[in-house]
Amino acid sequence: MNTAMKNPKNVIENFDLYAPKLVSKEEFFSPGHRACQGCGEALAIRLMCKALGKDTVITNATGCMEVISSLYPTTAWNLPWIHVAFPNSAAVGSGVEAGLKALRRKGKIADRRVKSVAIGGDGGTMDIGFQALSGAMERCHDMLYVCFDNEAYMNTGIQRSSGTPFLASTTTAPAGKKIPGNQVWKKNLPEIMVAHNVAYVATATPSYPIDFMNKVKKARQIKGPAYIHCFVACPTGWRSTSETCIQLGRLANETGIFPLYEVEDGKYRLTVEVPEKRRPVQDYLKGQGRFRHLTPDQIQVIQERIDIEWETLMIKIEHSRSKESLRARRSR
Amino acid sequence: MGKRVGMEVAIASAEAAALCRFDVAAVYPITPQSHVAEHLSDIVADGRVDASFITVESEHSALSAAIGSEATGARTVTATSSQGLLFMSEILPIASAMRLPIVMLIANRAVSGPINIWNDHSDIMPMRDTGWISFFAENGQEVVDMTIHAFKVGEHRDVMLPVNVNMDGFQLTHMVEPIIMPEQEEVDRFLPPYIPYATLHPDRIVSMGTLGMPEIFAEAQKSKNVAIVNSIKVIKEVWKEWEAQFGRKYEPVQSYRTEDADIALVTMGSMGETAEIAVDELRKQGVKAGLLKIKLWRPFPFDDFKAAIKGIKVLAVTDRAVSFGGPGGPVFSEIRSALYEEAVRPAIVNYIIGLGGRDVQVEDFIAMVKKASGGKLSEPYEFYGVRG
Ligand SMILES: Cc1ncc(C[n+]2csc(CCOP(=O)(O)OP(=O)(O)O)c2C)c(N)n1
Ligand code: SF4
Ligand SMILES: [Mg+2]
Repeated sequence: MNTAMKNPKNVIENFDLYAPKLVSKEEFFSPGHRACQGCGEALAIRLMCKALGKDTVITNATGCMEVISSLYPTTAWNLPWIHVAFPNSAAVGSGVEAGLKALRRKGKIADRRVKSVAIGGDGGTMDIGFQALSGAMERCHDMLYVCFDNEAYMNTGIQRSSGTPFLASTTTAPAGKKIPGNQVWKKNLPEIMVAHNVAYVATATPSYPIDFMNKVKKARQIKGPAYIHCFVACPTGWRSTSETCIQLGRLANETGIFPLYEVEDGKYRLTVEVPEKRRPVQDYLKGQGRFRHLTPDQIQVIQERIDIEWETLMIKIEHSRSKESLRARRSR
Repeated sequence: MGKRVGMEVAIASAEAAALCRFDVAAVYPITPQSHVAEHLSDIVADGRVDASFITVESEHSALSAAIGSEATGARTVTATSSQGLLFMSEILPIASAMRLPIVMLIANRAVSGPINIWNDHSDIMPMRDTGWISFFAENGQEVVDMTIHAFKVGEHRDVMLPVNVNMDGFQLTHMVEPIIMPEQEEVDRFLPPYIPYATLHPDRIVSMGTLGMPEIFAEAQKSKNVAIVNSIKVIKEVWKEWEAQFGRKYEPVQSYRTEDADIALVTMGSMGETAEIAVDELRKQGVKAGLLKIKLWRPFPFDDFKAAIKGIKVLAVTDRAVSFGGPGGPVFSEIRSALYEEAVRPAIVNYIIGLGGRDVQVEDFIAMVKKASGGKLSEPYEFYGVRG
């Protein structure tokens, strides 16, 4: 039995049944934007906005999503939205939060909570925006940051980022005659966010829309910093067909390449089950042009690494405790 | 009216921002601006102003956070210097393009390399063309007054631009000067609450910072230029209003003993006071010297400058920054080009002085004037008093 059958509420097949109850009909990210067909990132943003609701201000880093959504004089955004530059969405978002907070305290705007949400691609988050993100999270702004990780700089032509997987071919780490693609392993940013003592950290993908939206809702409630790392397929950059966008996110989970979990107050929990016997990574890699050059040996190296990563995560899930429970134990 | 205090100028600049009741400060420390950052945080920590102080992790984030908060409608102040200003450079033109009236206090300092913490203008000069209004203060009083002017000018509906107030690092920031600190009630009367044009709030949804294609990008640039060019009218009005209320007069170009002058020095910033003494000394010696002090660098006050030089035969323009491989210092190039169309125009020479904190004394200005009296130097521009 695959995950889809075992956990119907996590998957898209039952969407018709559950959607009216779980998903707002309101659209905050309008159609008519210029994303490629089958873009996982645009879909994820649409779902994120539904989960966030209207009392939200979005700060968007430069990247595909800013470009496809805001071609003057049009805008896809039906939420207050600001774009400033590539490296600074976390910093701008922290200013938005500070501004709203000060104005609310001083009675200059309506007395209700408006959430500052900053978003960026893997490049804008993990590389050039990393310092700003670290600073904003460490300063404990009441802000949610969502990274949309499509594993390369797509807006500028599929260049490698620190989110690019091992051996994937990109335009700056190409599969050459001598060097077979990206030579290092993907940076684990959710883990780095956990190390910032961020109260809520989660991984997600629009391939499990309810799981993703629940996480967004939960993160929105947190009075302080929260971080969601959202894995999004990019058919253009991955050289995969556009109809496989959802499937690839599911395969990434079922193979253990991108497990879906959350870390609340330090406690790890898997939110979408993965089959006892995980699918081989090959199932995920094979449909994507960026991995086309891989040899069986190379695929084996990836499999072993993913197995170890998986085990590491399982150990955390089993042994981690929330800070609250540790505190309670001490006072007993 | 106001109380006379002896106060370190950096601290006074933060006090002036406090009198403007800022809502948010986002500042990263750097010598010689640090006392500004520290004092702003003191003011917030003591609850003297109801504001948020964001302890950003860099200057890039300082200005980015300032944009975020200003975009919500919060009156926002930041401050920096030298490397910090250059680190912000990516964001400077975006702040002005978004028409956000952030106020930035700049403790001018040399730009590395070699690394040097002392004063010159090599930080602000490369940032000249970013669409910010730039004031240059000559003393502590001007720093305080101009900080207050900056909010009023920037927030004016006909302007809506960020403003920087330049104060020479150490020479001003670390000096204890006699300053008349306006009363809160006086500043409240002068500076109305900030009413932003558009803000980030769900009650009135806007998209800010959208993508400009070639069909619109040039228009966006032109409109920013129109705004800054036209801002001179508002700046003058604000200065008139200030003079009426506080009795201190501000002009884009301030003349000193130029009525019958044959030769005039041109300065920006704190050196004006030293140059004044040199002019007095020269006058005693029978040299008809004068001085022009530029207080408004952007928008450049072309008409005021042309009016101010009537009758002057030689201008000795001083620059505290180098335009490497260019025609001379930035102030000099600006003035020479501004006067090109004039039927009668003075000879213009250029001295590059006071780099990286190099002291320039009264005798130096006297020597510069004497050497320039013929209207020509042996080189197009001279690094005055520099070896090699
Ligand atoms: C300072 C700076 N450096 C480089 C760029 C060019 N640039 C714009 S978007 C981008 C890549 C975006 O990649 P990512 O953040 O992963 O978002 P994606 O487009 O993949 O969604 C790059 C390199 C820039 N705009 N600013
Ligand atoms: S390049 Fe990829 S991320 Fe960008 S719009 Fe197209 S599919 Fe989406
Ligand atoms: Mg990307």
